[in-house]
Amino acid sequence: MGRGSPTEAAPSAPRDGVGISFTDIRKTFGEVVALDGVTFEIERHSRIGIVGPSGGGKSTLLQVVAGLMDPDSGVVDVEGATDAKGRLARCAMMPQRDLLLPWRTALDNAIIALENRGVSRDAAREKARPLFEHFGLAQFEGVRPAQLSGGMRQRVSFLRTLMADKDVLLLHEPFGALDSITRGQMQEWLLGALGDVPRTVLLVTHDVEEALLLSRTVVVLSARPGRVVRVLHVGIDTRGGSRREIVTSPAFVSLKEQALEAIE
Amino acid sequence: MSDTARPKRTRRLWRRYGVTALFVLFILVLWQLILTWGHVPQYLLATPTEVLTHLKEDWSLILAPATWVTLKEVVIGFVVAAILGIGLAVLLHLFGPVRRAIYPLLISSQTIPIVVIAPILVILLGYGILPKLVIVALICFFPIVVNGLDGLRSVDDDFIRMMRTLDASRWAIFRRVEFPSALPAIFSGLKIAATFAAIGAVFAEYAGASGGLGLVIQSATPNLQTARIFAAILLLTIMAFLLFGAVSLLERLLVPWAPRRNTM
Repeated sequence: MGRGSPTEAAPSAPRDGVGISFTDIRKTFGEVVALDGVTFEIERHSRIGIVGPSGGGKSTLLQVVAGLMDPDSGVVDVEGATDAKGRLARCAMMPQRDLLLPWRTALDNAIIALENRGVSRDAAREKARPLFEHFGLAQFEGVRPAQLSGGMRQRVSFLRTLMADKDVLLLHEPFGALDSITRGQMQEWLLGALGDVPRTVLLVTHDVEEALLLSRTVVVLSARPGRVVRVLHVGIDTRGGSRREIVTSPAFVSLKEQALEAIE
Repeated sequence: MSDTARPKRTRRLWRRYGVTALFVLFILVLWQLILTWGHVPQYLLATPTEVLTHLKEDWSLILAPATWVTLKEVVIGFVVAAILGIGLAVLLHLFGPVRRAIYPLLISSQTIPIVVIAPILVILLGYGILPKLVIVALICFFPIVVNGLDGLRSVDDDFIRMMRTLDASRWAIFRRVEFPSALPAIFSGLKIAATFAAIGAVFAEYAGASGGLGLVIQSATPNLQTARIFAAILLLTIMAFLLFGAVSLLERLLVPWAPRRNTM
């Protein structure tokens, strides 16, 4: 554990309302220090955005949360789980590239987590079908990824992550590969999609606007070694108004300025 | 509908194979003319028409039974190699220690000339089909294992990480991601092996056989029956082509999602 860390609470007993907590996380790759002394908390079922310059420790942080790797020192607590296996069981990750399996139809891609858990293919399909309609994918169930547009593929990828039915969703640059127009549409779509489901959402992006639009709290990480340099609370109600109205509002613009300033 | 589909199809076939057909025809005509005008004796080199004549004359008594014998050796040997090769590739992929123990042996096995071990196998296993199957399988085995293993190991790590956050066990990752994505590589191995199989059968028959096209070639050589040798070679070529075609067809059926470039 981090020496002299202020919170000495037993990690196995999650404090009420805390979804994910980082205590003095350090992670190095050889000589490179990716994360150093990262400490912050994420409220359960809140949405948090992590921004920072590329090459910073954002992806590393996400993989540490997901239980795909362990930090060199410090404690990550995901809803009471501090070991990698426990974290892995509580998180589902939506990768940067859609990573849909080309031999599976959209529907069969979406149900892969259920199949991995031993649910029969037919039962899993029945469970996924209504969601296809709900997420604007109706009639695309039987289509292979190669025939889908980039935006559609990301929707299927998100649905696949959601179908895993984990309490924590990790979104890794979800729209990084899309053109800016599609990205805007997808951000609006995701905002709606996330509003329906009570989940703890951790969004990693290099796009400050995206982070502010989709999260309630934005954590700014510095360049290597990654440290928390700023925490911004987005007090804007993103549910009313269109994306254009929100991103051009004075409150949003000022937040964006603060975030960009923190990154520099 | 089929009225318009037919000429379209012929045109497509022509575009695909027309150039090859023309080129082969050109070579054959050239061959025929050079031998005829140059008064080359038949025992030195047979003209295409002489080969055809012999093919017809020798078919029912000599070539047909020999083709049947060799065809059996080629097909069964190939199927055995395919099953064992894919099986071993999977085994080597899933168990690291096994891979490290066996892979070097596998490579060194390829440095042993088949010509040397063929007679030994005949002494061991007799003049029947068994030593032929072993030799055909030995020749076909290697490209199948190497390509299969490469295919299995070259799966993008991101796919595996994605599957791990979606509750996939090692077996689920293998069966839902690694094996399907290795199929194109496995099929390249099978296609290479398909062209080797006929050569393997001829080698094996040279070492001692009671029938087969290799034996026909072997006994025709001292008698200077060049036309018969060419007829046998032609049949072997056709056999390799058919096997290759069958594997390609199977690939189209099993891997319809793979991006296909026309190689022929």
